[in-house]
Amino acid sequence: MTPVTGLPIDRRDGRLKVTGGAKYAAEFDIDNVAHAVLVQSTAASGRIAGFDLAAAEGVPGVLAILTPQNAPRLAVAAAGEHVVAFPLLQDNRVDYNGQHIAVVVADTLERAQYAASLVKATYHEGEPAIRMADALAEAYAPKHFRNGARPPDSRRGDPEAAWDGAAIRLDLTYRTPVEHHNPMEPHATIALWQGNRLTVYSATQGIDASQHTLAALFAIKPDAVRVICPFVGGGFGCKGVTWPHVALTAMAARQVGRPVKLVLSRAQMYTSNGYRPQTIQRIRIAASPDGRLLGLRHDGISEMSLPAIGEFSEPVGLATEMLYACPNVAVTHRLVPLNAPLPTFMRAPGEASGSFALESAIDELAAAAGVDPLGLRLLNYAETDPHERKPFSSKSLRQCYAAGAEAFGWARRTPEPGSMRDGDTLIGWGMATATYPMNRSKASARLIFGPNGDVVVQSATQDLGTGTYTVMAQLAADALRMPIHRVHFELGDSLFPNAPISGGSQSAASVGPAVLATVDAAKQKLFALALASNRSAVAGSTAADLALEDGFVLVRAAPHRRISVAALLAKNGLDRLEAVGSAAPGDEKQHYSMHSFGAQFAEVRIDPALREIRVSRLVGAFAAGRILNAKAARSQAIGGIVFGVGMALLEQTQIDPNVGRVTNPNVAEYLMPVHADIPDIETIFIDERDSLVNPVGVKGLGELPIVGVAAALANAVYHATGVRVRDLPIRIDKILV
Amino acid sequence: MQPFTLAAPGDVAGATAAAASAADAKYIAGGTDLVQLMKDGVERPQHLVDLAGLPFDRIEFGADGARIGALVRMSDAADDAELRRRWPIIAEALLASASPQLRNMATMGGNLLQRTRCGYFRDTGFPCNKRAPGSGCPAIAGDNRGLAIFGGSAHCVATHPSDLAVALAALDAVVELSGPAPQGGAATRRVALGEFHLLPGDTPERETVLRPGEIITAILVPAETAGLHSHYLKVRDRASFEFALVSAAVVVGMTGGRIDRARVAMGGVGAKPWRLPAVEAALAGAPATPSAFAAAAAHAAEGAQPLSQNRFKIALMQRALMRALTIATA
Amino acid sequence: MTQPNFTRRGFLGASAGAAGALAAAPRLGRAAEPAGPSGPVRTPDMVDIVLEVNGTRHKLAVEPRVTLLDALRERLHLYGTKKGCDRGACGACTVHVDGRRVVSCLTLAARCQGKAVATIEGLANGDAELHPMQAAFLDHDGFQCGYCTPGQIMSAVALVAEGRPLTDAAIREWMSGNICRCGAYPNIRAAIKDAARRA
Repeated sequence: MTPVTGLPIDRRDGRLKVTGGAKYAAEFDIDNVAHAVLVQSTAASGRIAGFDLAAAEGVPGVLAILTPQNAPRLAVAAAGEHVVAFPLLQDNRVDYNGQHIAVVVADTLERAQYAASLVKATYHEGEPAIRMADALAEAYAPKHFRNGARPPDSRRGDPEAAWDGAAIRLDLTYRTPVEHHNPMEPHATIALWQGNRLTVYSATQGIDASQHTLAALFAIKPDAVRVICPFVGGGFGCKGVTWPHVALTAMAARQVGRPVKLVLSRAQMYTSNGYRPQTIQRIRIAASPDGRLLGLRHDGISEMSLPAIGEFSEPVGLATEMLYACPNVAVTHRLVPLNAPLPTFMRAPGEASGSFALESAIDELAAAAGVDPLGLRLLNYAETDPHERKPFSSKSLRQCYAAGAEAFGWARRTPEPGSMRDGDTLIGWGMATATYPMNRSKASARLIFGPNGDVVVQSATQDLGTGTYTVMAQLAADALRMPIHRVHFELGDSLFPNAPISGGSQSAASVGPAVLATVDAAKQKLFALALASNRSAVAGSTAADLALEDGFVLVRAAPHRRISVAALLAKNGLDRLEAVGSAAPGDEKQHYSMHSFGAQFAEVRIDPALREIRVSRLVGAFAAGRILNAKAARSQAIGGIVFGVGMALLEQTQIDPNVGRVTNPNVAEYLMPVHADIPDIETIFIDERDSLVNPVGVKGLGELPIVGVAAALANAVYHATGVRVRDLPIRIDKILV
Repeated sequence: MQPFTLAAPGDVAGATAAAASAADAKYIAGGTDLVQLMKDGVERPQHLVDLAGLPFDRIEFGADGARIGALVRMSDAADDAELRRRWPIIAEALLASASPQLRNMATMGGNLLQRTRCGYFRDTGFPCNKRAPGSGCPAIAGDNRGLAIFGGSAHCVATHPSDLAVALAALDAVVELSGPAPQGGAATRRVALGEFHLLPGDTPERETVLRPGEIITAILVPAETAGLHSHYLKVRDRASFEFALVSAAVVVGMTGGRIDRARVAMGGVGAKPWRLPAVEAALAGAPATPSAFAAAAAHAAEGAQPLSQNRFKIALMQRALMRALTIATA
Repeated sequence: MTQPNFTRRGFLGASAGAAGALAAAPRLGRAAEPAGPSGPVRTPDMVDIVLEVNGTRHKLAVEPRVTLLDALRERLHLYGTKKGCDRGACGACTVHVDGRRVVSCLTLAARCQGKAVATIEGLANGDAELHPMQAAFLDHDGFQCGYCTPGQIMSAVALVAEGRPLTDAAIREWMSGNICRCGAYPNIRAAIKDAARRA
C-alpha cells in the first residue's frame, strides 16, 4: 500500500459540496416543521417594561410567542459556568442592544418573520456603557484567564530597568476594532422532541459541547440529546459556544409540540454569537542601538460584555511572551465591561490581534534601529521558549523566514518608505511572523469492519471545511494499510464517540491520534479473532506475528498465510467487528514548548493620490508539523491569509456610540474581501517531523495562517507611504496625507 | 416582510390604475433594493405593482440622443455597444455598481430610485427622519463616516448611493415620467436628472419629484454630451462590490488642449448626485493641465459641511476629481 | 481515487442510523409526530404558481412575498441554493433565471412564472457526470466549507457563458458578487480558467 497521508487528494466530501448535496443544519427535511424567528432588543440596557403582542398574535399561522413573561424556565443555575445562559428569556434584564427578547413561531418562515417584526417591546432604559474609551477606568483583570490555567499577567526579568537604560525606547499604542466571523452559513438549528428526548440539527463546531449544554439547560441526561451536524458552513470560532438561540429553538419546539427550525438572520449574527472584541494594546520596547530586544511590555485591554453574562479575554500578549529572545518581558491582560454581547473566539483569538500590535512594533523598531525587519527578527530569534524556559518540540521559523523571503524576493527591498514605485504607484513590502500554539484534547473514535471488510471510522468531531473527513480517512487508510476507497470517515453525530470542539486548531491533533489508537485496537481484535478461529490460515501464530494488509490478516513472515477480513467475519458468523479507542495528551507539554510558526510577506500597491490600498502579492511560509493533505493544507493557509487581509484593510463592525447598536449588520457594509481584493497567494510548507507533539505529528493549521497578516500589511502600507497606521482596519481615510 | 398582493399590468394606464386601487401600493421593477427594504420592514407596501410587463425595456437612438427604457437591466445597458461608443461613462458607472447578479436584475429606472445605504435608515431599531418623519437623526452624532458633506440638513445627512445617477447628472440626462393626469388618463413629463432628486431639508422622506402613481419610463441622454471626453472614477476601500466612498463623473468638451465646457458631478458626498457648478465654471476655457485641474478642484470643497468622521471626503473628492479629469482629457 | 459513496444509507445496521446525517434527508419527524394536516394555513393573498426548476414544473401555492430562494429551499426542498445574507450581498443564493445569473433572495417566486430557473442541482448530468465547472472546483479545491460553493459555481458557469475574457483581472471583478469567507478565491479562479479550457 502506498501511503496516502500527505497526498493532495480531493476532499472526500467535495462531490457533495459541488453538487449542492451537502446537507447543512437548516437543510434536513423534518415533517411538520415550524419556523421560529428571534426578536431582539432595541435598547442597550435596563429592563423590559412590557410587550404589545396583539399585532403579532394576529398574524395567520402564528403558533406561539415566547417572551420572558411566558417562557419555560430552564436549569440555568445548575448549568455551570461553561454554559452561556443569557439571554434565554428567563428574566426582563436587557444588557445590550440586539439581545434576544422573544421568539415567534409560525407555520411558515415568512409569517414568523413578519410576526416577529410586529412584536413591540417597551423598556425601562438604563444608562448604557458603550464607548470603550470612556470606560477604561472600569478595567479589571480577567477571573478565568485561559480557563484558570494561568494568571492573566506574567513577567520575567526587570522590564522597567531595561526601559530606563535603553538606547531605543518605543511606546506605542495599537487598536483593533470589533470584528465578526460572518461564516457564509448562518447559525441554524432544527429541534425535535420525542418525549423527553431531544434531537437537534445544529450548525456547531462542538457536537459534544452542544449536547451537554442542552442537556444541562433542559435538565435531562446527555444521552437523551442527540446533536447532528455533518457539515458546517464555516465557523471561525462563532460556532464554538452553544449560543442561547440553540436552546431557545428547543424551548420553542417543546412549547408548540412540533419540530422547530430557527435560522439567524445575517443582522442577528452580529449580536447572537460572539465577535472579536475591540482591543487597545500598549507596547513598550527597549532595545539596543542595533535592535536587540532588552525589554518588552505588552499591556492589552479588550472589550467585554457585562460580567454577568460570562467572560472572554482576547489573549493578545501570549505570543509576546515567547516569540523573541528578550530577557525582560511583562504582559498584562485587562477587560473593560460594556453593554455589549459576550465576545468570543475568532480565528486565532489573541494571536491575530496581538500580533498586529507586536509585529507592527517590531517593524517600528527595525525602522528606528535602521535594521532590515527580517534581519531584526533573526537577531532576536528565540532558540528555546524564553517564557516557559523549555525547548521547542520543533521550530522551523528560521526556515520559514528564509523560504518566504526567497519566494517573495525580500532581498530586493529598499528600506526607505516610498522608495519603491511602479510608475506613480507606491509599492510597499512588509513582513511579519506568525505563531500559534499546538493544542490537543482527548478524543475517541469507533472503527467498524463491515461484512465485506470495508471500514467505517466514526468520531463526533466536525469538518468546518478544514478537511476532517478527508485527512482522517487518509490517516486511517494508512494505519490499516488499506486502499482509501475502502475507508469511510463519519463525523457530526453525537452518537459517535466523543471528540473535542473544533477550535484552537486542535481537531487533527486530537482526533488523529484517536483514529490511530482505534485502528490499533481494531487490529488487535481482528488478530485475536483470527488466532481463535478454527483452521485459520494464520493458526499457530501469535498476535505479534500478524499484520493487516490490504484487507487481509496475514503472517508477516509468511504472507501467503492469510485470511481476508471478510472471510474471517463470515467464518465467525459476524456481520461486523467493532472497536473503540481514544487518545489523550500526556505530560509532553511539561517538557516541551509546542508551537507552529510562519512568516508572512505582503506587497501592497497604493495610488499616491487616491490612497486606495490594493494587495498585489502575498507569500506565507509555514511550519506546522506534518501536513496531512497538501491540497487542503494549501487551501487552509490561503484562507487564513485572506481572512487576515480582511482584518487588515476592511473589517470593522461599526457600533453607534450612543445606543450601542450595530450600524452595518450585513455583508454589504461590513466589508470582507471579495475576489477582486485577493491576488494569487503563494504558500510554502516547511516539512517538520515532530514526534513529540502527538502521535500524528500535526500541529494544526486553522489559525496559524491568519497570524501576522495584518501586521505584514500594516508594515507594507508604512513602507509604501511612510504612514504608520496603528488602528485597524487600514482604510483610505487613515493614510490620506 | 409585510404581506401584499401582486398585480402585473401590461401598460402604464394599467399600472397607474393598479397602484391607485390600493393604499400603500408600490411599484416593483428589478426589486433589488425594494425587496431588501421590505425584508427589513423599511418599506411596508400592501400592494405591489409589477412593472415587468411594461414596454420600457429597449434602448433607442435618435437625432436628439439616446432613450434608455426605464426597465432596461443595468447589465444590458452596460453591454450596449452603441451606448458604450457614444457615452462610455454610463457603462463605466454601471460596471462599477453592485455585482453582476444584481446588475442582471436591477433596472436603469430603479437604480435612480434606490434608497440610501445609511445604516440608521435601513434598521427600524433606530430612529430616522427619512423612514419615520420626526423621529430624529442619530446618524449626525453617530456613525457618519459614509454620510454626506453636501446638501444635508439637521434632519438627514444621507447620501444617494447610485453610481449611474452621478454619471447621468454629468451627462445632463433627463428623466421621463408618466403617471395619472389630474384630468384623467396618463400624462408624461420630463425632468432634468439634476432636478429629479430632492434635498432632505425638513422633509427627508421625500426623495424625488415623482408624484403619486408616477413611473419613470425612460432616461434620455442628450446628443450634445455624446462623444465627449469623459470618465467615471469610483474610490472605495474594497476593490469591488462596494458603494462609493466618493466618485467623480466628468464630461468634458475640448478644443485643442483647452476645455470648452466641463460637466462635473460627484457621488458619495451629497444627498443627491452632486453637480459642482463652481468647478465647471473654473474649468471652462481652462487648459487641460494638472494645475488647471487643481485650481478647479479647489472649488469642490465650497459649501462642504463635514461631520465628525467624514472630513476626509473633502480632500478625497478633490483628488478623485483631478484624477477623473486627467483620465478623461488624456 | 474512487469517490466514497456518501449518499447511501450506510452499509451497516448501526451505521445506518448514525450515518443518517450523511444520508439523504432522514425524516425523523415522521415517526414522532401524529398524523394530521401540517401544511400552512391558506390565506386569500396566496397565489398558485408554476415554478419551472431544472426543467421540472412544480405547482405551488405561495404568498407573493415568498422569495425564489425560500421557495426553492422551504417548499421544494432544493437546499443546494444557499441563504447567506438574504440581502443580495453575498451571492450564495445565485441561480440562473432564463439563463442569467441572479440572486434568488431578492427575487420573488411569484414573478418567476413562465421563466426557467436553473439551480446547482440541475448542473450535473445525473449522478454520474459532473459539469466541467463542478469537476474543476473539485480538482482545484475551490472551496472549504462548501456553503458559498453552489453560488460560486452558478456564477462561474454564467460568467463563462457571458463570454467575458477570462483573464485573472476579469474573473476577479466578475466574480466579486460571490463572497467566500473561507477565502478560496485563488483556487476558484484556477478552477474557472480550467473549466473554460475543458468546455
